Amino acid sequence: MEKVMIRLKTFQELFRRDRRPGDLVFAYAFLAFCAFLLANLGDQTKWVDRTMLVAQPAFWPTLSLIGMTFFAALNLIGSLSSPRIFGRMKELALWMRSLEFVAYFLIYVSVVPIIGYLLSTIVFALFLTFRLGYRRPQALPISFLFAVAVVLVFRAGLKVKIPAGQIYEYLPDFIRPLAMIYL
Amino acid sequence: MDAILGGIQILLSWQVLAALLIGSIGGVIIGAIPGVGAAVAIAILLPATFAFEPIVGLTMLLGIYGSSMYGGSIPAILLNTPGTPVNALTTYDGYPMTKRGQAHRALSLAYSASFFGGVFAIVCLIILAPVLALISPHFGSREIFLAALLGIILVILAHRGQIMAAGMLAFFGIFLNTIGLEPAKYTLRFTFGQNWLTSGVDLIVLVLGLFAISQALLLMLEKDHTPHAKRVQGNLLGGFAELLGLKRVASVAASFGVMMGTIPGVGEFTAQFLSYTYAQKTSKKPKAFGDGSPEGLVASEAANNAVPPAAMIPLLALGIPGEALTAMMLSVFYVHNVIPGPQLFQGSMDFVMALYIAMLLLNVIVIVFLLFSTNLLLKITQVPTRYLGLMILILSFVGVYSLRNSPVDCAMAAGFGVFGLILKRLNLPIVPIILGVVLGGIMEVKLRSAIVRIDSPLDFVNRPISAILVLLIIFVLFQHVRTLRFERRQRKLKKQETEGNSSKITREES
Repeated sequence: MEKVMIRLKTFQELFRRDRRPGDLVFAYAFLAFCAFLLANLGDQTKWVDRTMLVAQPAFWPTLSLIGMTFFAALNLIGSLSSPRIFGRMKELALWMRSLEFVAYFLIYVSVVPIIGYLLSTIVFALFLTFRLGYRRPQALPISFLFAVAVVLVFRAGLKVKIPAGQIYEYLPDFIRPLAMIYL
Repeated sequence: MDAILGGIQILLSWQVLAALLIGSIGGVIIGAIPGVGAAVAIAILLPATFAFEPIVGLTMLLGIYGSSMYGGSIPAILLNTPGTPVNALTTYDGYPMTKRGQAHRALSLAYSASFFGGVFAIVCLIILAPVLALISPHFGSREIFLAALLGIILVILAHRGQIMAAGMLAFFGIFLNTIGLEPAKYTLRFTFGQNWLTSGVDLIVLVLGLFAISQALLLMLEKDHTPHAKRVQGNLLGGFAELLGLKRVASVAASFGVMMGTIPGVGEFTAQFLSYTYAQKTSKKPKAFGDGSPEGLVASEAANNAVPPAAMIPLLALGIPGEALTAMMLSVFYVHNVIPGPQLFQGSMDFVMALYIAMLLLNVIVIVFLLFSTNLLLKITQVPTRYLGLMILILSFVGVYSLRNSPVDCAMAAGFGVFGLILKRLNLPIVPIILGVVLGGIMEVKLRSAIVRIDSPLDFVNRPISAILVLLIIFVLFQHVRTLRFERRQRKLKKQETEGNSSKITREES
């Protein structure tokens, strides 16, 4: 029994590493994700007749999933055998809080084709400045200038492909072509 | 010589020179701001460069890549905060020098060592170019497959202490590459019946999500911080004279940078580790390392700046990126239908030389810029970190949306952003995912084309280069197992020693 315990301890030491709060949750979640993908391997890939193993469409997904699962399992063992640092729930809450900014970003993405790149970027920059807690009088003008500069550099200067806003159609004739091309 | 002249001719256009200037200066500024880094900047600018000629786009990205580490040394030395991750070692000796009132000397040494490292690497590459042109045509499908496999193995093993996570994430990258319509048999893989997954996961969407959006989220969620540093006064050219006295350390460090940069998956950290260890072991004052040693500072900066030019070797000669930044540059080649690899090295040597000369010029531009603008850069580093996050998020939109004007791409990038944020918070590596995607794609294509040319698995190693690569793979794995066993033995000895000491103390006390 003692020998088994010593072996177990050596095994644990082999996998021990620095661990941060939330590490175990991530290790479990990633392994569950691998298991989900492995369970769907048969449905989501095809093995074709009269084709060599390495040329099979299913070969690389199978190989990658086996590798992923193998290392994810080892990573979980490593996480389980490493000393725990408290603060897991706080860390999970921070991950969740990031979704708030993702939501703002996706709203910004969806309004660009409607109200145009310039206006949406200005509104987005000003809103985020306020949301991040910058209340000094110069904060909003700086954000306004930054938003205008980004639009001028990328859309007017580098001519990146961003569609003109639908509201530009309603602009007066003398400014509409300019807005369509540069703003 | 013709190739060099051809290269100069390619560079002699105002667009290329402007791109070089913007890239070099922009890279220094970006590098000087802790929390941005070359990866974020390149990810954002990548789609914008698709509209340019390949040489213009690549010169701009190379400018950012090659110069960001110069800028990164400023906050590392003055604020004890590395501007880019590779400047972390610079803080060990740079910041203690600042605390002793030698900030000006430390900066000057860091600039001159970086300049030396960069120029040394480029000169090595120019000399090596004809040899590479001779060797690269001997790389067929099986050799490229094996080199990519070696790259994957090395990128996993290079993450000491995180090998399980690096392996898991590298395979995740390989898996991501398989999603969508498979190009040989036209079957769908892991699309779950969703049309938006048919075209697979775009590398740029992935890169922007994992590097840029994740960084924006991280900065916006963490506590706000505004760095402050004192102005630096004095002549920053003095470091070049001091570097003459440290030429042995600088040359060895730059050589390590060139060697490690050439090997896919290894990169700056290993080069710095080796050169720092060498400098410490051969120094007359080894105890000063970590406490403001000029030799340590030179070893770190010369090594990291020698890597970017060397990292272009596997990319240009074989089409194999060695790390995340060169993986991003690979997409610029693909967009313009320029396929890096043996043909490029053989048929377009002037193009390759143009890139090398551009790198040489960028080092000159950067050093001149830094001599006059260090204090201005100090002001730029003082942007509050949460505000920096806002700026990165707004700029990330341009990068993703301008690709295909697709809200789905933006949603995917945001998803990868959250995933990247979790990885960063857990201190898990992101680079293996990117290299998994790129090298996984290369391995799939090359293995498929290699397998039809061989009769038995042994034919895989019947050519000299493929045999060497297989031996290298075996050696790397064997060496890793040996290191693990050695470390285990050391741990055991240490434990026994501690137990022995504590029992001695107990005996003495009783």
